[in-house]
Amino acid sequence: MQLAWTSQLIDLGAAVLLLTSFAMLSQRRILSLVNLYAWQGAVLSMSTAAVAYTSGQHHLYLSAALSLILKVIVLPWILHRLIRRLNVRWDTEPLLNIPTTMLVGILLVVFAFALSQPIAQLSTSIARSTLGIAMAVVMLSFLMMITRRKAISQVIGFLAMENGLFFAAISATHGMPMIVELGVALDVLVGTLILGVFFFQIREQFDSLDLQHLEKLKEE
Amino acid sequence: MELWLLLGIPLTGCLVLAVFGARGWAPEANVAFGLGTFLASCTLTRRVIIEGPLLMGHEQFFVDPFNVFLVALTAFVGWTTSMFSRPYMRIEEHPGRVNRQKLRLYHAMYQLFMTTMLCALLTNNLGLLWVAMEAATLSTVLLVSLYRTAASIEAAWKYFILCGVGIAQALFGTILLYLAAEKVFGADGSTALLWTHLNAVKEQLEPNVLSLAFVFLLVGYGTKVGLAPLHNWLPDAHAEGPTPISAVLSGLLLNVALYAVVRCKVLVEGATHSGLASHLMMGFGLLSVLLAAFFLWRQRGIVMLAFGMGGPVADFAALLHMTVHSLTKSAIFFAVGHACQKAGTQVMDNIRGLIVISPTVGWGLMIGTLAILGMPPFGVFTSEFLIVTTAMRDHPWATPILLLALAIAFAAIFRRVQAMVFGETQLNALPHSPALVPVFAHLSLVSMLGVYIPPALATWYQLAAALIG
Repeated sequence: MQLAWTSQLIDLGAAVLLLTSFAMLSQRRILSLVNLYAWQGAVLSMSTAAVAYTSGQHHLYLSAALSLILKVIVLPWILHRLIRRLNVRWDTEPLLNIPTTMLVGILLVVFAFALSQPIAQLSTSIARSTLGIAMAVVMLSFLMMITRRKAISQVIGFLAMENGLFFAAISATHGMPMIVELGVALDVLVGTLILGVFFFQIREQFDSLDLQHLEKLKEE
Repeated sequence: MELWLLLGIPLTGCLVLAVFGARGWAPEANVAFGLGTFLASCTLTRRVIIEGPLLMGHEQFFVDPFNVFLVALTAFVGWTTSMFSRPYMRIEEHPGRVNRQKLRLYHAMYQLFMTTMLCALLTNNLGLLWVAMEAATLSTVLLVSLYRTAASIEAAWKYFILCGVGIAQALFGTILLYLAAEKVFGADGSTALLWTHLNAVKEQLEPNVLSLAFVFLLVGYGTKVGLAPLHNWLPDAHAEGPTPISAVLSGLLLNVALYAVVRCKVLVEGATHSGLASHLMMGFGLLSVLLAAFFLWRQRGIVMLAFGMGGPVADFAALLHMTVHSLTKSAIFFAVGHACQKAGTQVMDNIRGLIVISPTVGWGLMIGTLAILGMPPFGVFTSEFLIVTTAMRDHPWATPILLLALAIAFAAIFRRVQAMVFGETQLNALPHSPALVPVFAHLSLVSMLGVYIPPALATWYQLAAALIG
């Protein structure tokens, strides 16, 4: 069966999303990580608009615009400023080396697809085939948070995870009710601002953003 | 009307204190806003008792006996904690650890934290519940790192990241719940996340999706409750932040997270007709009780276990336990907070001989410890007794594990606290007199609940227990 061009667009968006997640996993330059995050936001916003067009759910246009503003412009701008002010460029060698991380990532994708299969069949949304990808993005971001050492790359992992969740909401359902989406967006924004404050506190205290220093409490 | 007062007073408090929080009268204003919130919660409670469950604000807010009881408890402990925080923060301000700007942040965030918690308890929308929970975390992160020491920054970072990841799982669970709901309600999903609507159709919800959703929700909100194995953030965040914050975090936020889990459990139980949700909760609860006993911190494992077992007696006991535990735990935190200020350290081993320098603080800590360890005549004994007897009847295999955990916890904690209270001392007197009224007010309430539960309160618990079945 020939798919409508919008469904193809949504599938393409999903594929690009997964690709950027893998790119983030392998990227050690922090500036590039932020750019990848911005790309992810752009793709997300485009897919949301496509879902909105096909399903006729007009409130999704609003959330597409919201994610465009927040994830492509505001958050990357804040992160760029932070990176310049704090002068961090490279993440140190991650806990797992990059090829191993990629292999683990592939396994996670397979797992995510297996897990989402029974749910995706129930979904009525046009974009249900992409639920597996959304789940994979969440898991890959999780993996990134675990393996990275610098505070700022952990945070980008965290934000990417939120992207994955947002994509899951879009693809499994037609997006959450507007009031919830606004709330989530507000939380993400405030969270990022608080983290910004936090980076300065960490830097002030430890002279580095390397989280290796934050291991004192573990021994007790 | 009561509802808007209840949410409006702490919110106004937040805004006012965000501007004037650095002034000398800010701690008093904080207490006043706390009192206002508590009074508003009392009027709301009265109305719910008289009129039964209420739906308000385009069905976005919902009050029934179960959550109004937690609202009253939250407002009460929030108020007494603000009374405790008044002299506590005054003393902290002296050594130059905390300047005026930080005090402003502290007071504004304290009120914001109260607002978000009340909002989480009162909302009918499961999505908003998630948003409010996340906002509650965010408002306390900067308070945990208020002292800007290395350890406190680390604790706050851990708190933020672990709870953030945890709560992301809960969001995924909420999305799955919405997915199941949308199938029943059709494409117009604006009411599909309202708990009252979901509860009405819970029989028709897709059991597979709901089971999966519950796993995510339990893990997500369970991180907040401090359930093993996701408890890592909890001891650090409690130890490093200012003590009033530790008291509200452990006394209240944990309750709110638990409330979220129980609300979801009701839906899942109705949809799946199986014991999956109960068994998961019991398993996590038991594991946490055990680990807690070994690693010297106590938390809500036992409540989780009781809610998991279900049935009128266990639910009654769980609600009672939530009440007395919140009161006792915050009383202990108040006493420990003053003890730490006297010793000038937060390391337990350096605190010795409290009873010599300040008998009231020493006895407060001792009595509080006995209460939380489940000694009669305190209320914790009553609730734990009910939980253990229910476990004996319904799940005999769990009883020895539970008793063993309680015994180990008793031995370990009592030994530590005894060393803190008795013995030689080298502690200093404090510049401001400590606030001991909240400590003893809480403890006398707890001992009262141990010997006598007022009939009104008992019917109220029974109503709430019947609701969560």
